[in-house]
Amino acid sequence: MIFSYEIILLLLLLITAAGAIMVKDLMSSVLLLGSYSFFLALVWAWSGAVDVAFVEAVVGAGLATVLFLLTLFRTAPKDTRLRRPLPSLITLIVFPLVGVLLLYAASDLPGYRDPSSPASVHVSPTYLEQSYQDSHTLNVVTSVLMDYRSLDTMVETVVIFASGIACALLLRRHG
Amino acid sequence: MIRPHDSIIIQTLGRFIIPVVQIFGLYVLFFGQYGPGGGFVGGVILGTGMILSVLIFGHDASRSQYARNILHADGVGMLIYAGVGGLCMIGGGEFLNYADLEIPGLETASRRSLGIVLTQIGVALDVAVTAVSIVFSLSAEEIMENSIDG
Repeated sequence: MIFSYEIILLLLLLITAAGAIMVKDLMSSVLLLGSYSFFLALVWAWSGAVDVAFVEAVVGAGLATVLFLLTLFRTAPKDTRLRRPLPSLITLIVFPLVGVLLLYAASDLPGYRDPSSPASVHVSPTYLEQSYQDSHTLNVVTSVLMDYRSLDTMVETVVIFASGIACALLLRRHG
Repeated sequence: MIRPHDSIIIQTLGRFIIPVVQIFGLYVLFFGQYGPGGGFVGGVILGTGMILSVLIFGHDASRSQYARNILHADGVGMLIYAGVGGLCMIGGGEFLNYADLEIPGLETASRRSLGIVLTQIGVALDVAVTAVSIVFSLSAEEIMENSIDG
């Protein structure tokens, strides 16, 4: 019964992703991408990654859609209507091949929720056991992000800061 | 530039929704230690609330004053984050090891908890300012020049 929810969500993901590529109007494409992010957030939440789902819903479905729409409003209507040429022969051959290779490689991945997978036996048990005694933080994701891996998060913040500066420098020049 | 929206429904709804969004953003920011959320998501929600006020009431409205003013805080979030790391070094430890924050009367775990809160505020400020700044870059060059010079 639970399995069927997963199937429905994956079908919706595929439909919205294909729609975002195939639709002829960029405005509809942006809105379809927003709904794609929303369904992806549902998938993350269903898999137990609530923090990731939160970020996906807020950034993917909210902020990115607003930024795309503001960009589209600065363009002329003729720029947002697309004529899509048919894909070339190389695309039709290479991309299914890559997909088959990825599926072949995926058969070697550890099972879902496998307690003996390499990711679950390295440092994760230590973090899960020590997080509350070490830093009085119940949410282990937060304590890993902001305490154990704080330097990584600081550099991520530098990246966000730099992207804001770059946007300002590139777009505000022709005032 | 973005002019105020002339629909009375959108204006009234915006007046009601924007404070709720901001308070929810603060809740997500400070509740990140106990549930899903944290600095990044809280910052994006705070920034989105300000973007919403710019989109509804326009650049010049007094309700968008806050969004215009926060652009001057560009870099303050980074300063808070790296400053906490520097304070840890002053306390005699490693960079960003919050256990070395020099605060009397706090045990080690509480110091690390406090360090997490402070750095999360830094991340949230940085992300919110960046989101508002990108929206202003995309929509209003000439207004930006005036408000920064004046």
